[in-house]
Amino acid sequence: MQPTTTATDRADARRRAPAFARQMQNGDRIAHFTTFIFAGTIILITVFLFYELYASSYLTREKFGWRFLTGTTWDPVALEFGALPFIYGTLVTSILALIIGVPLGVGAAIFLAELAPMGISAVLAFIIELLAAVPSVIYGLLAIFTLVPFLRDYIAPVLESALGFLPLFQGASYGFSLLAGGCILAIMILPFIISISREVLLAVPRDQREASLALGATRWETAWHIAVPNAKAGIMGSIFLALARALGETMAVTMVIGNAPRINLSLFAPGYSIAAAIANEFSEATSNMHISALIELGFVLFCITILVNAVARLLILTTTRKGAVV
Amino acid sequence: MKRVASILALTLVCVGCSDNPKTDAAGPSDAPTGQILINGAGATFPYPIYSKWFDQYHRLFPQIQMNYQSIGSGGGIRQVIEGTVDFGATDSPMTDAQLTGAKTKILHFPTVLGAVVPAYNIPGISEEINFTPEALAGIFLGKITKWNDPELKRVNAALNLPNKGIVVVHRSDGSGTTYVWTDYLAKVNPEWKSKVGINTSVNWPAGLGGKGNEGVAGLIKQTPYSIGYLEFIYAIHNKMAYGKVRNSADNFVKAELASVAAAAARVVKTIPADFRVSITNAPGHDSYPISSFTWLLIPSKIPDPAKKQAMTDFLHWMLDDGQEMVETLAYARLPKELVDMEQKAIASIE
Repeated sequence: MQPTTTATDRADARRRAPAFARQMQNGDRIAHFTTFIFAGTIILITVFLFYELYASSYLTREKFGWRFLTGTTWDPVALEFGALPFIYGTLVTSILALIIGVPLGVGAAIFLAELAPMGISAVLAFIIELLAAVPSVIYGLLAIFTLVPFLRDYIAPVLESALGFLPLFQGASYGFSLLAGGCILAIMILPFIISISREVLLAVPRDQREASLALGATRWETAWHIAVPNAKAGIMGSIFLALARALGETMAVTMVIGNAPRINLSLFAPGYSIAAAIANEFSEATSNMHISALIELGFVLFCITILVNAVARLLILTTTRKGAVV
Repeated sequence: MKRVASILALTLVCVGCSDNPKTDAAGPSDAPTGQILINGAGATFPYPIYSKWFDQYHRLFPQIQMNYQSIGSGGGIRQVIEGTVDFGATDSPMTDAQLTGAKTKILHFPTVLGAVVPAYNIPGISEEINFTPEALAGIFLGKITKWNDPELKRVNAALNLPNKGIVVVHRSDGSGTTYVWTDYLAKVNPEWKSKVGINTSVNWPAGLGGKGNEGVAGLIKQTPYSIGYLEFIYAIHNKMAYGKVRNSADNFVKAELASVAAAAARVVKTIPADFRVSITNAPGHDSYPISSFTWLLIPSKIPDPAKKQAMTDFLHWMLDDGQEMVETLAYARLPKELVDMEQKAIASIE
């Protein structure tokens, strides 16, 4: 019985409703339709990108198959292409960037959100957001003239004498290296981690903090045990956004990484990243096989980013659930 | 809400009508104003002289507008094969396979001469270093690893070359400069030819890569005891130290406009009719061995008569008045005999 009454009610309302309201309903439908188209476009673009990269790389996919992912030779003359050195360089520099950038970034965000006076926090946050707007080629230039000589002359000798027993810190250091790539990426992702983490920490309800302080906790204890766990999901989100940025960064990395497609355990050795290889070689690639190999590199990078995003979702899901239990 | 809907409708209309100008844009030369627009794309190395030429030519003949995009030789070859530009430009001649792949026959016209030089950074040494072809190949193959290697000391007796490791620097981006460099090394060293080969980008046996001339120069400046190769013009403008190279007449020659022009002059008598020739390791007492032409790629059939006229007029002008401008920009000019041959070849454009 109930559905029919509501239906008749609605029909009644519609009959009684002035023209204005009817138009409102109409506008709603249009808004729904347009926003749906916009959202759909994004999905279409992604699917199209995926398809286009996959389809345009058929030459190398046919010739090399899975060997493309495990091969270590990149020879445009002999048309022998293997992507492993590029995948290795991309992952190593990005992970290095996270190892350096996450403690620094999250630490800075905690200071700005929890411990610093509000005035200082706002000014610093503004400056940090400015850093995010600096073009990457500027970072690259700065790195060539300051970071690279600094790493070569001061940091590398110290690392070698202290941790030289690890294969990570052996061999000659020219400055242009995986280490330099990781460092410049760390600097570039810091603004993302800091500004997003700070916003998330500031959004933690005031009651939570006051309750903790009322129970006798210090400000640091409140920040570390109450605010940070509350903001965990957001902080994780900022880190994965930073990682996605690090994986795709091109200009600054190619300027300092040394651009040598070789796999070397040592962080002092030059390497190469996927994005840098595409940017470097695409404009002068003349053979179809070479172009196809570069497009397949792009496809591999696309898959890596999708994978990273999926892992990020999973991590956020599990950590937030844990947070709810505790 | 009505307003929203009408705005939406308006944008839809706009999206619809934006398709039309696109089809119009395909033939701007047919514009009623009599403007002739010629589009080209290709090599970055001759970009400074090309942009000067096109600018000067536009001033002389305001109705002719030539646009040039310096997207790289590879891109220039691709676009001229597909016919999306009116002319291309390249630092490495097109291969036979590329020529047969093109819809119309593509003609090569040498425009200016360039050279590639070995540039280095050795603290304490400001003198010019002499390089034998064996030394250059050995260094870039990763076999000669110390600056005081006997092969280097033998021809640099006056210099106190240090006992330091050599840091090799090469281009990481595909480049006509790399093509000339590897072409030279392949000619003088059989191992280089079989192991590495000739291309705009190769699988380097050793060293660090820098993007562009500026990237390589930056790496050399920032890395003590390094050596790399640079375009002659770039090395001059940026005052990089570069060495002499021993030519096929066993003479150590420094890259200069005269020595580069000498290399071209020696090869002119044997140049093939399609002008596709490498002049690295040229014969002659005073020829600089790592010199090269750079070419304009012109389709042999230009259906639009106005465009064809403009293109051939420009080529004649480039070979005549245009050549007078090249040396101010540190390019070497074409030998006289070659200019005459090219003037005749222009007639084959239909």
